[in-house]
Amino acid sequence: MELNGNGGAIISVSDLTKSFDGLTAVDHISFEVNKGETFAFLGPNGAGKTTTIKMLTTLLRPTSGKIVINGHDPARQKDAVRKSFGIVFQDPSLDDDLTALENMQFHAVLYKVPKEIREVRIEELLRLVELWDRRNDLVKTFSGGMKRRLEIARGLAHHPKILFLDEPTLGLDPQTRNHMWNYIKDINLKENMTVFFTTHYMEEAEKVAGRIAIIDHGKIIALGTSAQLMERTGTKTLEEAFLALTGSVIREQEATSMDKMRRMRNMWRRK
Amino acid sequence: MSTIYILWLRQVKKYFRSKTRIIGSLGQPLLFLVALGFGFGSIYKQAGRGNYIQFLAPGIIMMSVLFTAVFSGIDLIWDRQFGFLKETMVAPVSRLEIMLGKTLGGATVAAVQGVIVFILTLFVGFKPQSLMMLPVALGFVILVAVLFTSLGIAMASMMEDMQGFQLIMNFLVMPVFFLSGALFPLQGLPTVMEVVTRLDPLTYGIDGVRAALINGGKFGIANNFLILSALTALLLAVGSFLFERIEA
Repeated sequence: MELNGNGGAIISVSDLTKSFDGLTAVDHISFEVNKGETFAFLGPNGAGKTTTIKMLTTLLRPTSGKIVINGHDPARQKDAVRKSFGIVFQDPSLDDDLTALENMQFHAVLYKVPKEIREVRIEELLRLVELWDRRNDLVKTFSGGMKRRLEIARGLAHHPKILFLDEPTLGLDPQTRNHMWNYIKDINLKENMTVFFTTHYMEEAEKVAGRIAIIDHGKIIALGTSAQLMERTGTKTLEEAFLALTGSVIREQEATSMDKMRRMRNMWRRK
Repeated sequence: MSTIYILWLRQVKKYFRSKTRIIGSLGQPLLFLVALGFGFGSIYKQAGRGNYIQFLAPGIIMMSVLFTAVFSGIDLIWDRQFGFLKETMVAPVSRLEIMLGKTLGGATVAAVQGVIVFILTLFVGFKPQSLMMLPVALGFVILVAVLFTSLGIAMASMMEDMQGFQLIMNFLVMPVFFLSGALFPLQGLPTVMEVVTRLDPLTYGIDGVRAALINGGKFGIANNFLILSALTALLLAVGSFLFERIEA
């Protein structure tokens, strides 16, 4: 179980809840992620994946519950938490009017990477994601895949202990997706960096993640390795397991009562 | 410090990179200067008040500082829509540093714009009476630039998207410009107008520049400076307060 990491929990969440004006986006979830583990958050649209990541990364304040990231509380020791992770957001977050190099430098200065190692490290990372030759080009001339690669390089520039990736491969072609996971796995193994990601792609979760949490309507409804999830649901693929657990109704804003019943049935069946 | 510097640098680099924006933003002040300056010039002279271009130029310089400053502040909304704000907000730096870096960057851009328009006015016929006083005029330009960039950031912190932009333009920026005495002398105004012009922060900036460059101020350099500094400090505090509350 080398994929499951070693050396205790680096992310630990208990009873975490977030409501917006009466709507509960995240509903009393608890889980732990171990140091060096690659952990996937899988769920339909609007399940609460992004809201959870925002709370873990100090961008949103939880309504209730407790989070510990690398030994610190994101609500109170924001900067200590912020130093310990890198993040690739769901939506692009680069400055299009700056060059690739300038985006990297901006990040490195904000994270107070010492001057002596700044330039070396930026070069190393840009070479890793194969953008060194384009370093002086404005980001607005980049393709979607190049931007994503730059965002990953940027997220790694301060050598974080945890890398958060919120649907990092959305809209990327299979080649780019493959490359991207290769860099990340590489650093994950070399530096024992913890990886926490959300995704829609089952095969991605199956291939990359040690453990997978399936979240739906703000609740974690299953957690385990993909083998465990398939075994529990008596299915052959992760996709089938996922559908068995979350129901096959397409999610708009509100779930129908039928869907809620199906979910309840599944919950009873599991235990 | 390094945080403030890199945020400042970003803003300044982006400004100097967008050559079309710089040139585009010179059109309006030039038009005002030529159309109003020469259009009302003879009436102004007949009223026994001398050269209207001399009077108008400081007003137009400050107009471009005002517009550029507010836009640089409101720019924050684009940062939010294009996601770059999140990158800044998850960094281990204080919100105050982010706000200060953004404000100083925006204010620098606005002040540079003011200087460019000043040079432009020289070609239209503006003759500053004392070169020694140029640094004093620049001081007023910088104060006004910081004040209105903070105001822009304060506004942007309360706005979700660019929907409210027209509102701000028509109910804040335009009135601040037109009611500031940029275009007309503050002497002999109806009481209501007099009160309104005195409530407008830009009035003191323009009056300060007139005092420095054409010996034409009404309130005196020291008074203008004190009032404007106090207002700038206040706006900076309001901007910081509102910015701190943003959730990305």
